[in-house]
Parts: sequence; C-alpha cells; structure tokens
Amino acid sequence: MTELTQLGVKAIRDGVAGGDFTAREVAEAFNAAVAEAADLNAFIVTTPDHALAAADATDAKRAKGEDLGTMGGVPIGMKDLFATRGVQTTAASHILEGFKPQYESTVSQNLWDAGAGMLGKLNLDQFAMGSSNETSYFGNVASPWKKDGTNAAMSPGGSSGGSSSAVAARIAPAATGTDTGGSIRQPAAFTGICGIKPTYGRCSRWGVVAFASSLDQAGPMARSVEDCAIMLEAMAGFDPKDATSLDMPMPNWEAALSADLKGKRIGIPKEYRMDGTDEEILKSWEQGKEWLRDAGAEIVDISLPHTKYALPAYYIVAPAEASSNLARYDGVRYGLRDLPDGAGLQDMYAATRAAGFGDEVKRRVLIGTYVLSAGFYDAYYTQAQKIRTLVARDFEQAFAQCDAILAPTTPTASFPLGSLNEDPLTMYLNDVFAVPASLAGLPAMSVPAMLNSDGLPLGLQVVGKPFDEQGVLDVGLAIQQRANFNAQPEKWW
Amino acid sequence: MSVTREEVAKIASLARIKMGDAELDKMVPELNNILEWVEQLGEVDCSGVEPMTAVIPNSLRLRDDVVDAIPETAGGRREDVLANAPAAEHGFFGVPKVIE
Amino acid sequence: MVSNYRIQGATGEWEVVIGLEVHAQVTSKAKLFSGASTAFGAEPNTQVSLVDAAMPGMLPVPNRECIRQAVRTGMAIEAQINTWSRFDRKNYFYADLPQGYQISQLYHPLVGEGQLHIEADEKAGIPEDKVIGIERIHVEQDAGKLMHDQHPTMSYVDLNRSGVALMEIVSKPDMRSPAEAGAYVRKLRSILRYVGSCDGNMEEGSMRADVNVSVRKPGEEFGTRTETKNVNSVRFVMQVIEYEANRQVDVLENGGSVDQETRLFDPNTGTTRTMRSKEDAHDYRYFPDPDLLPLELDEDFLAECRASLPELPDAKRARYENELGLTPYNARELTAEVETFARFETLLAATAKGIGKPEADVATQVANWALSVAPGVIKSLGDEANPAHATAEAQASILDMQAKGEISGGQAKEIFEIVLKTGRDPEEIADTEGLKQVSDTGAIEAAIDQIIADNEDKVAEYRGGKDKLFGFFVGQTIKAMQGKANPAVVNQILKDKLG
Ligand SMILES: [Mg+2]
Ligand SMILES: [Zn+2]
Repeated sequence: MTELTQLGVKAIRDGVAGGDFTAREVAEAFNAAVAEAADLNAFIVTTPDHALAAADATDAKRAKGEDLGTMGGVPIGMKDLFATRGVQTTAASHILEGFKPQYESTVSQNLWDAGAGMLGKLNLDQFAMGSSNETSYFGNVASPWKKDGTNAAMSPGGSSGGSSSAVAARIAPAATGTDTGGSIRQPAAFTGICGIKPTYGRCSRWGVVAFASSLDQAGPMARSVEDCAIMLEAMAGFDPKDATSLDMPMPNWEAALSADLKGKRIGIPKEYRMDGTDEEILKSWEQGKEWLRDAGAEIVDISLPHTKYALPAYYIVAPAEASSNLARYDGVRYGLRDLPDGAGLQDMYAATRAAGFGDEVKRRVLIGTYVLSAGFYDAYYTQAQKIRTLVARDFEQAFAQCDAILAPTTPTASFPLGSLNEDPLTMYLNDVFAVPASLAGLPAMSVPAMLNSDGLPLGLQVVGKPFDEQGVLDVGLAIQQRANFNAQPEKWW
Repeated sequence: MSVTREEVAKIASLARIKMGDAELDKMVPELNNILEWVEQLGEVDCSGVEPMTAVIPNSLRLRDDVVDAIPETAGGRREDVLANAPAAEHGFFGVPKVIE
Repeated sequence: MVSNYRIQGATGEWEVVIGLEVHAQVTSKAKLFSGASTAFGAEPNTQVSLVDAAMPGMLPVPNRECIRQAVRTGMAIEAQINTWSRFDRKNYFYADLPQGYQISQLYHPLVGEGQLHIEADEKAGIPEDKVIGIERIHVEQDAGKLMHDQHPTMSYVDLNRSGVALMEIVSKPDMRSPAEAGAYVRKLRSILRYVGSCDGNMEEGSMRADVNVSVRKPGEEFGTRTETKNVNSVRFVMQVIEYEANRQVDVLENGGSVDQETRLFDPNTGTTRTMRSKEDAHDYRYFPDPDLLPLELDEDFLAECRASLPELPDAKRARYENELGLTPYNARELTAEVETFARFETLLAATAKGIGKPEADVATQVANWALSVAPGVIKSLGDEANPAHATAEAQASILDMQAKGEISGGQAKEIFEIVLKTGRDPEEIADTEGLKQVSDTGAIEAAIDQIIADNEDKVAEYRGGKDKLFGFFVGQTIKAMQGKANPAVVNQILKDKLG
C-alpha cells in the first residue's frame, strides 16, 4: 500500500473518497510522522486528537454516503498565527504563551468545514516578523534540507517556516501560511514547495493575529499547484467580520486549472536583475522563461521602476502598523503579565512587553513608533504610502502589457541558521523580490524550479493581476509540469 | 536623521517597552542603520502622488445596527472575554491601582 | 456689541475665550464597531464582544446607523458633510483602552465646518443673538470604565462602554462668557435631541464637555489655553470657566504664565486641578486605521439623512411666532424641549380640530393653557394629580368648551382638577357638576328685569349718562346667576334693556 505521508491534498482527498484508504489511516500516519520529527521543531503544539476526530467524522460521512467536502480527510498544519478555539495560540511569542482563544479564525473554520483536520500549530517567526524562522520564542525551525556535504541546520525561511519545513519533510500534506512581505513565498522557495498569497481581501483576516493589517494575507502551502488551488478555495471567501474582505463571487480555481498558456503574455521585470542576486537564481529565471515559452506564452520585457524602493517603504509601513497592532498585548486581558513589586499600571505594561516580546519584535515596534511620532510622520509614513502608490502604479502599467509576471522568489537559496542574524538589514533583503507584490496587494505564488549546485531548492515567483489567482495558478502549473521538481530532502530527523 | 540613545529611550517608553542600558546600546546602531537605509525614499519625487489608502480598490462596507447579529462579534459572553485574564475579579479585569 | 463679560483684574479688564469639545453618545442599539449592545447600566463586562476586548485578530466593522446619526447631526448644524472620510488610530496606553488605540477621525472627519445660533438673554448676560462656529464633528469609540474603590491595591476594568459610538463636536473658540457657553451646550443638546442622534442625558454621561479656556486683554492675541476634561453638566461647564478664567488672571497678574495643560474639575469644590501637563503630553501617533477602508457616502445615503431631519429648534420657534402668532417668550418656552413641543402640538391639533378653527386661531389659548394654566393646576394638586389623566383629548375638550363660552376660565381649571384626580370625561364633569355657564337668555333676562326693578334710581342715573354704572349691573347679574352666566350674553341683554 502507498506510503500515505507521500501523498498530497488531492491524492488524499480522492483516495479517501474512493475508499483506497480511510481518513483515520491518513491521520494516524501523519500524526506518527509529526511525532518523529521533533528535531525540525516545526510544531509548537501538536493536536493529534483534532486530526483523528476530523478523520473519523470524514469516514463516518463516507459510510453514510454524504459529501466529504473539498478537503475531506486531509490533515493539515495550522500556522500558530491563526486563532484556534481551545488550542494554544501564540504567534510564537512568550507574550501569548498559554493563550487559548474562545474563538476560531474564519480561515481555519473554513478549512474544518471543508473536512480538513489539524495536526498541530506550526512554529513561525515571532508575530510573523522574520525571514528565517529564528525569532520564535519556541526555538528555531530547521529546514529538512541540508547543503550538500554539510550538516549545518538550514533555514526553512520565514515567517511561515514551520509550515514550509513540515510540508517539505512530508510530516504534513499541506499547511496554512500568512504572507505580509513574502512570508509564504520565501519559505516555499527555500524548501522546494508551492505557496500562494491571494489578492488582498480574498482570505478573511478575522481571527488571525495581526502583524501589518494592510498587507497580511493568508494562503496555502503545499507540494503542488493543484493542492494549493484546492486549499485556497477552501480558505478564501467573503467574511462580513472583516471590513477589508472582498465581497465577490468565488471562482473554482481547481476546476479551471490549465497549463496551456497560448495567447498569454508573461512580463519579465528588468529591475529584478539586481546585483547581489545569485547566478544560479538568474539561471533558474532564464529556465523559467523557456518553460513558459514552451507552454505557449509570449515573453515580454517590462519595467517596474520603483522596485528598489519597495523594500524600504515596506519597512516603514509594516512596522508602523505593527507598533499599533501589538499595543493590545499589555498584560491586562490575556497572555503574559509581568508585575514587578509596587509597579503601577504603566510600569506593568513596560515590564510585560519587555519580557514578552523578542528582539526583532521590539526592533520593529520601535521603528514603527518612531516613524509615526510627532514630527516624523510625514517624512516617513506618508512618504512610504506615496511610494506604495507608485509601486502599485508600476504594476498597473505593466499589466497593460502582460497577463502575469515571472521573477525569482528570492535573491539567494536557503542559508544556515544563525548565519545572517548579525545585521537585520541583510536579513530583510531576503524579501526584496517578494515585497513589491505585497505592497500592491497582488496575488503571487512561488513554485519550485530546481535544486542549485548545493542541492538546495530554488523557487520561481509568479505575480498576477488583482483577483486573477487563476492566471497565477495556471502559470505555476505550466512551470510545475516542466520543472517536474520531485527532489526530496533526505530524512535526518 | 539619526537617533540618539536618549531618543531611543524615549521611543521605548512611548512604546511601553522597558529597556536596560545594554539593550539600548545595542538598539541605537541597529535603528540608525535601518533609518539610514529607509531614508533613500527621500530621493523619490512624490509631488502630486496620493498616499495609498486602499491597496485593492474597495470602499468601506457598513453593517446594520443590530445587537448581537453575528455570534462571533456579539456581547453577552463575559466568561469568554475573561477566560484568559491574568487577574479576573468579580467579572472585572483587575489592574494595579490607578491614581487619577 | 460683543459679550460684556469681563474679569476685573488688578491690571484692568480681561476677556475670556472659550472653546468646547462636546462628546455626545450616538443613539444606536449596537456599538460602533461590534455587535454588542449599548444599553446603559448592565452588569460589568456583559456587553463586551471579543472585538471590544481587543482579542488577537479581532477586526472592526462600522455600524451604518452611527454614521447616519452623525451625518444628520452635521446637517442640523448646517455643516459641510464630507462624502470621503477616514478613521484614524489614536495610540496611547491606558487600562480603559483595550486596543491600545482609540479609533477616531483626525485627518478626514465625517463632518466639517458648521454653526449654531444662541439667543440673546439679557438676564443671563447675553446681550444679543450670536452665532457660534463649529469646527468639525468626528465619530470615535468611547473607552471603558475604571473603578478604583472596589479593592485596596487594584483598579477594576469594565468594558461595557468600550466601543460605544461618540460624536465629538468641536466648537471654534467663539464663546466669551460662561453664559454663552451654557447657552451653547443647552442649544446643542436641544438640537441633538430634536434630531434624535443623542439622548442628551448628561447624568448618564451621554454628553460630556472638554472645556478650553484662555484669557486675554480685550483685543489682544489669544492666551495659552487649558483643557478641563469630561465636565458633565451645564452648571459645571459654567463653573469651570469662572474658576479657570479667574485662576489664569491671577497667575498672569502675579507675573506667572499659564501652562497649556489638561485639567480635572472637582464638582465638590468647584475647582480644577492639573491632570497632565504639556511636558508629559502624549504623542498619539495618529495614522489611518489599516483595518478600515475610506468611508465614502453616496447621494442616496445623504438624501435619506436629509429627508429624515425633523423641524429644528430655530425653524420651529420662528414658525410659532410668525404663523401661530405666539409671543417670543411662549415660542421659546415651547420649543426648548422635545417633550414640551410634542405635547403642545398634539394638544393644539386636537383643540383646533374640536373647535373647527385653524390652529393659528387657537394657538395662543392653547399655549397659555400649556405653559401656565395646566402646569399651575397640576402643581397645586401635587400628589393628588395623576398626570396620566391629562390626555390631549381631555384638555382639548376643556379648551373647546371654554372657546365656545360654555365654561369660564375658572370652570376650566375646576374641571381639569377633577380630570386629573379621576380621569373622568370633561363634558360629563361640566354637566353633572354644574360647571357650565348659562347662556339661556330667558333666565338671564328674568334676572336682569328683577335687578332693574330693584334699582330704579341707578337705572335713572345710568340713563342720565353715568356710564360707569354699567359695570354695577353686570356684577349684580353675574351675582344673581351665581357666576354661571356667560358674561358676553349678560352684556348684550343689559345693553338692550338699559338702552
Ligand atoms: Mg478633547
Ligand atoms: Zn474625543
């Protein structure tokens, strides 16, 4: 019988529906794989019972001949940024340690309603702030991949590093991620999996611990484009509880998938040829163009003039929003409270937040506080929001000449844990290719292209027009079919 | 612009994050590197450019004036609201005494 | 002529400059950004949603009615309505502010410049009508409540009010005396209650004023102002101004300078004290709330707001004077409070209908009845009176009988007394209690013939030209009829018979 943990979302769903195996067998197989993988530190808490209960519900439905749902029988990992009723939700921060929400995020609820189960809450960079998964209070997450001939633990990327590590290691067929400035796409690229950030507003933000509200978007991370389409369909949809939620009909992305790109024009932004970009990354980009030509697309050169300003603009806007979004963590209503002897209310706040937040969170909260403070607001925040308008305008103009954009996801492959955290800036540069699409709220996906000479995965990024997730998925599928990336990390955990 | 140690201390207190000397010493150069880097935005001529208000063209949706219309955003759930409180007392949240 | 209110200092006269920021609770069933109820006086934290408690991942969704009421209020003060506005976050840390920020509007408020008229009131020291400019009205969240006296070392937080919608109505620094400020707050309250956008209940905190006061030598530049927070009655607002103005004059005349600071009012002592000074003033770091898109209002929405506005105090008062012919005093008294004009207008309609005359013809009679006669009777009866019996129908039928001359003014009062005590029908009372005037000429003629017969000498004097005696005959007749004769009829018959 097939090794169940090798299967993805579609294979599991169809296998369960077809009776090749039961949902319980699948859940048990993945629960066991999760239990064995402590070395990856991908999960903050595991919830095998949740996975089993959902599986049994699916098997029971099947016995009664009922509809199993689009994710029926599929156990997934849940990034620990999504509030899950009765299950500790921490955003990987000490300040929320022990917090058990009395509510369920809209996205996770949608997944349970579609028949999915939960293997556990996945580790991440604290409050989703990071690109290497080294800022979690609950320890670094290790990528299942190793650089050829070395034994150093590699970064799974971030902030959705628990998600990318788990899916790449086959201890979860798929996982939720969130993307504020590349947090789905960069980890997907680092670990040889797929991940898509939909158009801003497709997935409800209700019940997702906020980092930067105008940028945060949830999305699926899985091993194939089809699996991403299936899972995104389950996650997305209008939510009256989120004032920024898109109130528009939900497409059937899975059903409409097509790798035939005849008549499609794919734009290649010249500004993404930045110095410091790894040669092999550029090679993979060239290869990507070939694949898309082969799929019938026409390759056109485009310009996104303000690309180099996107990252600095992001590092004003995101921290500014974060400094305000994180003000609620004050030790009054939930989470950590640090009350020194004789401390007053304001001292309690300062002590609680000092003890509860990690260094990167503090750094960004201070940056955000500074750029919003009296006298600096216009020079920093207003200017950054104007740049954001220009970045979005760049894309708008580019999309007059093309249907989708192809670019690298990251400037480099994964790096050893601990090798970049001396200087925050070099770490930030990881997201230089991912951030522009975030600032413009566009759907964007990373698809694995190949292994580099060190045996590490490289990803290609596809950016689409607003609401055109279908176009992005289709280009992704065309790449997937030609790259047929099926390398797997050797099991060392 | 670059920030002094005093300014960083002031920002930290504005953000209600207690910081010791060592932490401040480490933070000052880090913040200055980042600020110096983001200041390249000043190069861009943004005259006549509106700051972004909505990332995806979409205007604000209003809800009807109905009490407890949606269970998840309804009142009348004090137990849930207080469930995670470090100091819940007689249906209140307790905090160190505030002198007004 | 401007306000003559002055502080007499050692160095001469000082003028007071006043601006008010009034926080008015918007009338709505649910909170501004959550579905929790706004009802007053519930058990602590029972009207708190996960959104109001700022749980992780919670999001605000605005309540249309709150926006609508603020827009209608703006229209009522002839203000500019901004069809594009936005919510901003005001960031600061306090135990009554769960999010760590208040969602308010700084950069693009919903309502722009408007104005409000206050009427001259010599006695109160307002020499003439005055227009007070209004800077803006913005919509924002109320905070929770702290209780300090329940525990020796802890304060308790109740979030029931947290997230309730407020309108902050910001005046221009156009007021120059406590009286003007008092009149402004009263007028504003009246408009809000006419519009129905706020119940104006100051005791329950539905209306609170931040009082900005500065002093200057007449004609000079504005002085440094202080802001006294959350003053919750008209009287207190006036007290704060008196106290602050005099305090500031003392400070300045003793060579000191006024600090721009936030102060607190102590109702027990009638004084104010420093709460926060500029040095430790907050840096609120306002920025557009990224959870909320720009608020854009379409024509239909505005049209409905406009169409649903009632007749407002100034218009109503003018109509009462010009169309109903009421005195300025009566017009002002009747239009001051919603309940008063509502009662008056129902009674007026019923009376006009009963008598079959246009409202204008009976308005004065009804106004006098409503403002002095009826209240007088009710007051004199005290507990004996059951106000519930004072229905519009009952009062209308009394006024009807009086207008038709069937009963005298005195009888009207007597009948109303019985109505108030028993709820009986006025006409029935008039009949059974013999509270009716006799207009039956036969009975009156007989009485008059008798009086003429008994007073031949006086009749002769009268006919001889001593006209004043007419009054004597009238009196005699009324007396003979035990006061129940209709004076008009008596006069007529006397004239005929005395020739
Ligand atoms: Mg104020
Ligand atoms: Zn206010």
